Amino acid sequence: MISVYHYMTVSAILFALGTYGVLTRRNAIVIFMCIELMLNSVNLTFIALSSHLQSMDGQIFVMFVMVVAAAEAAVGLALMITFYRNRDSIDVDDMNLLKL
Amino acid sequence: MENLVQIALQNVNMAAILPSVILTCFGMGLLLISVFLPRGTTRHAVWISMIGLLVTGLFVYTGWGNPQYGFNDAVANDNYAAFFSMIFLFAAGLTILMSDDYLHREGYPVSEYYPLILFATAGAMWMASGTDMMTIFLGLEVMSISLYVLAGFFRGQVRSNEAGLKYFLLGAFSTGFLLYGMALIYGVTGSTKLTEIGIYLNAHASLLDNPMTLAGLVLLSIGFLFKIAVAPFHMWTPDVYEGAPTPIAAFMSAGPKAAAFAAFLRIMEYCFFSLKPEWTAMLWVLAVLTMVIGNVIAISQTNIKRMLAYSSIAHAGYALVGMVAANEIGYSGLLFYMLAYTFMNIGAFAVLTLAGKKGEDNLTLEGFSGFGFKRPYLGVAMTIFLFSLMGLPPSAGFSGKFFIFAGAVDAGYIWLAIIGVLNSAVSLYYYLRVMVYMYFRDPVEDYAWVTLPAAAVISIVIAILGVLYLGVIPGDVMELAKLAIF
Repeated sequence: MISVYHYMTVSAILFALGTYGVLTRRNAIVIFMCIELMLNSVNLTFIALSSHLQSMDGQIFVMFVMVVAAAEAAVGLALMITFYRNRDSIDVDDMNLLKL
Repeated sequence: MENLVQIALQNVNMAAILPSVILTCFGMGLLLISVFLPRGTTRHAVWISMIGLLVTGLFVYTGWGNPQYGFNDAVANDNYAAFFSMIFLFAAGLTILMSDDYLHREGYPVSEYYPLILFATAGAMWMASGTDMMTIFLGLEVMSISLYVLAGFFRGQVRSNEAGLKYFLLGAFSTGFLLYGMALIYGVTGSTKLTEIGIYLNAHASLLDNPMTLAGLVLLSIGFLFKIAVAPFHMWTPDVYEGAPTPIAAFMSAGPKAAAFAAFLRIMEYCFFSLKPEWTAMLWVLAVLTMVIGNVIAISQTNIKRMLAYSSIAHAGYALVGMVAANEIGYSGLLFYMLAYTFMNIGAFAVLTLAGKKGEDNLTLEGFSGFGFKRPYLGVAMTIFLFSLMGLPPSAGFSGKFFIFAGAVDAGYIWLAIIGVLNSAVSLYYYLRVMVYMYFRDPVEDYAWVTLPAAAVISIVIAILGVLYLGVIPGDVMELAKLAIF
């Protein structure tokens, strides 16, 4: 029997993997994919808790998170394209003009 | 079906979101109008967005003392929201006034800039009036997504691209933490409504040291502390402020910072009042760290935009002291300080927009040599804002710091107040150094006499009046701030 704890554990692992990816990867698009992984692990948490608590709030929250993630993706990819046009790279190590 | 519609409509109460809806309508109308005008015309956008801000301000003003609750208690347009909304409207108005000439000089006279500021302001207002995790999250994202675009607005300039992309990646990263915190709190309490969460946690004392509650509290705090730019989550601030268009840096340091404070304070006060000793202890450490890091690193900066970015980190630390104090004078001092900071910091940035040349390579300490003699009016304005940022009487910065530190002493945090005052003393060094360069060095730049653009001058004059009014007669606004807190 799969309980809410299993779902919580899986989503915690996914969240940790996403965080690890953001901190270690150097390609901006891969970093963004890791951020999406974090958001989706949060969605899994919300859905599992919503079903466990028998309340709709969590599922509605997931809808909002997905809408926001889509809007964020649009803006984020546009920013990456402008950066790529000027620098021919989307490596975060190349974002080095603004330094101490 | 009809019954369902009736039930839903009873709980809606549009009056609770009226000001922000009006602002959004102005923003969208402005986007539509701009389609029919030739590219490069921006004057209409300034006028329409200023009218939009004024109308919204009128509705916020009439809503004072008449709290409206709507959407099943997901939105509360109370005095607290009204006070913060006024801060956001002032920040947006001053920013828009200084922008037009700046955008033309930098070669991006694009009218989409103004609706984005209006949307960011509307998002900030939702954050301040949200009493449900969902409303607060949506407001935060509306504000942040607009700001990601604005930070990277100069799409041909690599520095601006870099600022936008950095802000975007780190902002989205922090949103992940915020959401995970919200999910855990939802799991513990079974609700996303702030008041219900608070009542539930208060009634179930065993939950207070449950690891899930504490993890939720910490993750939620990380999300907001990132937006406020509290150390150790401040690393994005100097890069983004330096690379972003100057008016946007000004706006980000005032409006969105106040919005994050508004939502953070409301969540802490509504949901986690039972955990107050824990979170005040956490914020005590962060406030000290933020003040010290902001002030010490600001000393070694030679770029003035970057110096002001570190100073804004330090000022977030001072405001956090008010939150640690967690009493009436501390909280209302925090509200007062955010308003005072809006005037003095945006004013300082407005002077920078007029002092800079295309590309803004001259906004360094060396570039400011002799500025006070060659551009006397701007020099005086900059002096006033710097005095206020230092916290010298009779300026807004002094009265703000006075209230906040008085709150801390009142609550028994003597050492915190002492550390805060010592930090203000450190900040004298790097603010005064700008003035030394302005008045005691021979000019290196060739200052051709330019006529100052009227809009930006109005913005500076309003900021000066605000700084002096809040400094000389702080009592009136402080009374309002006391009415605004919970």
